[in-house]
Amino acid sequence: MKITRTGLAVAAVAAASALVLSGCAANENGGGVPSNLSGSIAGVGSSAQGAAQEAWIAAFQTSNPKATITYDPQGSGAGVTAFMDGGALFAGSDSPLKDEELAGTFAACVPDTMPFEVVDYISAIAVVYNVDGVDSLNLDAATIANIFAGKITTWNDPAIAALNAGVTLPATAITAVHRGDESGTTKNFTEYLSKAASDAWTWKADKVWPADITVGEAADKTSGMSDTVTGGVGTIGYIDLSKAGKLGVANVKVGEKFVAPSADGAAASYAASKPLDGRDVKTSMAVSVDRKSTDAGTYPLILVSYIIGCQQYADAANVELIKGYLGYIVSAAGQAVSAGVGGAPMTADNSAVATAIIAAVK
Amino acid sequence: MFQAVAMAAGVLILAGLAAVAIFLIAKAMPALVASPEELQRDGTDFWPYVPPLIFGTVWAAFLALLFALPLAVGIALFISHYAPRKLAQGLGYAIDLLAAIPSVVYGLWGILVLAPAVRPLYEWLVNNVGWFPLFAGPVSGTGRTVLTVAVVLAVMILPIITALCREVFLQTPLLHEEAALALGATRWEVIRMAVLPFGRAGIISATMLGLGRALGETMAVAMVLSPSILISFALLQSQNPTTIAANIALRFPEATGLGINALIATGLVLFVITFVVNALARLVINRRKEFSGAN
Repeated sequence: MKITRTGLAVAAVAAASALVLSGCAANENGGGVPSNLSGSIAGVGSSAQGAAQEAWIAAFQTSNPKATITYDPQGSGAGVTAFMDGGALFAGSDSPLKDEELAGTFAACVPDTMPFEVVDYISAIAVVYNVDGVDSLNLDAATIANIFAGKITTWNDPAIAALNAGVTLPATAITAVHRGDESGTTKNFTEYLSKAASDAWTWKADKVWPADITVGEAADKTSGMSDTVTGGVGTIGYIDLSKAGKLGVANVKVGEKFVAPSADGAAASYAASKPLDGRDVKTSMAVSVDRKSTDAGTYPLILVSYIIGCQQYADAANVELIKGYLGYIVSAAGQAVSAGVGGAPMTADNSAVATAIIAAVK
Repeated sequence: MFQAVAMAAGVLILAGLAAVAIFLIAKAMPALVASPEELQRDGTDFWPYVPPLIFGTVWAAFLALLFALPLAVGIALFISHYAPRKLAQGLGYAIDLLAAIPSVVYGLWGILVLAPAVRPLYEWLVNNVGWFPLFAGPVSGTGRTVLTVAVVLAVMILPIITALCREVFLQTPLLHEEAALALGATRWEVIRMAVLPFGRAGIISATMLGLGRALGETMAVAMVLSPSILISFALLQSQNPTTIAANIALRFPEATGLGINALIATGLVLFVITFVVNALARLVINRRKEFSGAN
């Protein structure tokens, strides 16, 4: 927290001098990256979009050598707290603001104005497994829920066999691996199970794995998940699609078909989701992801990550830079960059909505 | 002048310790006095949450000592009394080198090499001696159990215990050993009658240093263990009691509000455990002082 504050002070000084030296304006150039912006802004938030933020910052600063942008992937909760306290000019969060957070005050914004929420990063969560001799696996939400809740304990269980005609399943015991740390991936995974398999999964969506499930292993961070599923026998886990590596990736039942996770399916799933109740769609892209989608073109097990910032910043010094940077990351060019680190680029329509919201920031 | 410098150094270490203690107590206070409802809101329920952590910390460290201590004393005796001088020197360096490996590397080794390698053994143990409570099933599918952690920790604390024991054994007065030999004792009897009694206080000190490292080890445990908050003696299952240090490392990045205070409060608990263990060791050493001849 202290470091962020110091950063902000530095940012303020840099911004002041930048204003004196050059009147800055966002000019679009050929690569879709605005140029000639200067100043310094800091964001804090979700680690899920950390890799994408790094890629965006690198691309943005190449075109804007006088601009300094930092993004500290401390986690969604820390990001929202820092933004509300004024320690960060924008937050990255794997979930929209809660009602009580919306009712609070936002130190960086003009008093009594509301923050905006735009989607900047969507990715598919893959259900990965490591079972000798099984090259392809079909699962539905209820079966996944029963596996992770410990009700299905061997790979040749009739419930799994029924979905996988023609596949020889071994009698190996199932080791279900979950994240031991708090994680946006866990939150989206449990939300999917609680909505798409509400009979089998009685826990609510949470970034911490339910403590009263007494089976399965915990692994630390994405890398730990990957190592554990890879190193074990008969393991199954959930992980960002871009990190699935050589592991087997299960097809998830959507409607009547089994769908493999993909960037297109993830983007389509977001595009088909309904806005959250009570949100003004002109300033918020917050959705309740349609986890029960039956359209085989969608893959509903996705993570949607947001950027949260002020509609009207109290300090006007860095507004051009904020708009330039955030406008870039939600543009087609920025979304294409995020695809390189595992993101699912938004559809052109969604990208246009995000661009309009950010263009209205003052 | 020198006295002043030495004294300043002594005062500095005490001041450092006091500063840490004050930080822990100050930051832990809000969690210690908060009501359960307040703690619940930030994702922790402190008092039911601490005993399993204490258990896990002590249990993993105890298992590690169980493996490391006999091995370390054996290696130290071999180096000090059995091995040819050349070999002893080389072996000594090799052991010291183990101490220089960072714990994150031990963690990687544990999760990538050791855990998959011992998994078949665990399966065999559960299938054949599963009636024994420690080896009760169901077996972990990945080998990331408290037993694997104990082995990694044992390797980590081996060098420090070995190095100290070796030095202590080398200090055994030659007259004692020769007197024993003159009475017709074999090499083993010499060690039993002269070397080990003389070195007892040293062995205990070495053990305490090793135990301190095992209690506080964070990275390797966090990486290797499949953690849960529970009390269980089973060594080979998927659900293992986690340690205080590893739990802080895992939870801290996403902790907010009172959750942070609660984590720091568990750190205070670890501080107290270490303090108690060291005090006990001091007590044992002091009680044995007159017999050891080490003063």
